[in-house]
Amino acid sequence: MALSIVHRATGVALYFGTLLLAWWLIAAAAGPAAYSNVQAFTGSWIGRLVLFGYTWALMHHLLSGVRHFIWDLGYGFKTADREWLTWAALIGGVTLTVLLWIVAYTIGGGR
Amino acid sequence: MSADHTNSRTPKANSMRTPLGKVRKFGPAGSGTSDFWRQRITGVAMTLLILPVVVVIMMLLGRNQAGAAQILGSPLIALTMILFIIASALHMKIGMQVVLEDYVQNEKLKLVSIMANNFFSLAVALAAIFAIFKLSSGV
Ligand code: HEM
Ligand code: HEM
Repeated sequence: MALSIVHRATGVALYFGTLLLAWWLIAAAAGPAAYSNVQAFTGSWIGRLVLFGYTWALMHHLLSGVRHFIWDLGYGFKTADREWLTWAALIGGVTLTVLLWIVAYTIGGGR
Repeated sequence: MSADHTNSRTPKANSMRTPLGKVRKFGPAGSGTSDFWRQRITGVAMTLLILPVVVVIMMLLGRNQAGAAQILGSPLIALTMILFIIASALHMKIGMQVVLEDYVQNEKLKLVSIMANNFFSLAVALAAIFAIFKLSSGV
């Protein structure tokens, strides 16, 4: 399977996603008005969609990155292993994303 | 020392690189270059840091600015976030450079985009770190 392109695509998405992280932190440092601007965005449906996508990109890239580490160490090159690792990253990434959002809505209140 | 000793193993007689320069970066990290190695270090660092960072994000959700500022300003959390930001900035700079080297054909455009990548990565990281410093020094 050619999943390496997904690793690359999520890496590039995360690259630009750091703008969001920086915006958030700067707003927190700047004061209530700036912070409610951020919250207006993250509270909108498009903002939620972007955040959900960001969460998935991060989780997928993380697991896919661990897969790279396993290869770097010289393991997991057999076809069956490669397939397994790839599916683990794919399914694990989606699972972690959904789990995190359930936790977020439970303790964050989903406001 | 003059660097113009040439022998059969020297690829180009007119190379301006010193003998040390030619063999550096093939060192103890294995066969990789130093950028490759740093990509791994920062990746491992983020793998270790992702759990605390996610916990911090979960703590922040649904709070107002005052609440968020208080959490982000506490020393241990500030330090965690700064470490993650540093690792992330280095990692994304190296990663994007590889992508640019792969896809940008035009040499000049390649140099310009790699330079822009350096500026962007540094600027985003400094902005985020500055915000955390400000939050940490008692708003
Ligand atoms: C582990 C990954 C993440 C998960 C699971 C997640 C989940 C969520 C959820 C469910 C909400 C809505 C809940 C609420 O407003 O109380 C939310 C809000 C928000 N998220 Fe995230 N998010 C994640 C990462 C991020 C990142 C990396 C950023 C910054 C770049 C971010 C910024 C925000 C902001 C600013 C809000 C609004 C906060 C608020 O309304 O109090 N999130 N997130
Ligand atoms: C969370 C832990 C992370 C891990 C374990 C990780 C791991 C990796 C690894 C191992 C590579 C090299 C892949 C290869 O050699 O082909 C890579 C590439 C990359 N990463 Fe990450 N990464 C992480 C987070 C991030 C973040 C947060 C960003 C962006 C802000 C990012 C952006 C990139 C980019 C742009 C590449 C280059 C993609 C390519 O060359 O195909 N990564 N990552």
